[in-house]
Amino acid sequence: MADTTVDARNLQCPMPVVKTAMAIKDIKAGQTLELIATDRGALSDIPAWAKDTGNSLKEQFEENDEFHFIIEKA
Amino acid sequence: MTVPDLQEEPAAEEEVPEKEKMVLVAASGDLDKAWPVLILATTGAAYGMDVTVFFTFWGLSILKKPGTGITGDDWRQKMMSAFHKGTPDGLHLSKLHFAGLGPSMMKSLAEDKNVASVQELLDLSMEMGVKLWPCQMTMDLMGLTNDDLIDGLDKPTGAGSAISLMKEASIQMFI
Repeated sequence: MADTTVDARNLQCPMPVVKTAMAIKDIKAGQTLELIATDRGALSDIPAWAKDTGNSLKEQFEENDEFHFIIEKA
Repeated sequence: MTVPDLQEEPAAEEEVPEKEKMVLVAASGDLDKAWPVLILATTGAAYGMDVTVFFTFWGLSILKKPGTGITGDDWRQKMMSAFHKGTPDGLHLSKLHFAGLGPSMMKSLAEDKNVASVQELLDLSMEMGVKLWPCQMTMDLMGLTNDDLIDGLDKPTGAGSAISLMKEASIQMFI
């Protein structure tokens, strides 16, 4: 279970990345955030964002047409 | 799917590194240009970058306060503002404008598809600390005063400040 969840379902680019970036400010290093999105662009945008910002994408899976990303704050 | 850990060992934190800079020049008042400007600005901020958008020529119309009517003292300024009112909700489409029908269709489509509006992205930019610079020369040319523009902007400035900032920025785009 992640420390915080960001629900970006039905939101389009750039909102999954923007909401994740805003929410990750509120957790501590080592804590995790779960993003749930339906935007297909997030499949490439979130890994790119995580790599560039140094946060670590621990897990990524698809469930009922929703994309889940577990990100650990650097 | 499990993704391999992409994180690199963080460098020894002796000093806080200066944020990377991104400068966008918003030179168009078209809806289909204002949208990508603000999408890139908010995304740059999401990447932890120090983002500045320099609004010049018709790009300034994105920053006009809702309800701003005819502006300027000169008849030519008045005429231009009458034909191009601007404000985030009053932008034209570069193609398929059809006297306003195009933007209405585009905006209702965006709403159906949950694409954030120009107004929402502008508010979000400010909330994320994106700096919005109006071009002083364009304001003088078009007869716009600070009162015609939305609150929360940086001081009007010129090409020199924009160039100085772009020289230091890792991303510069003219849109």
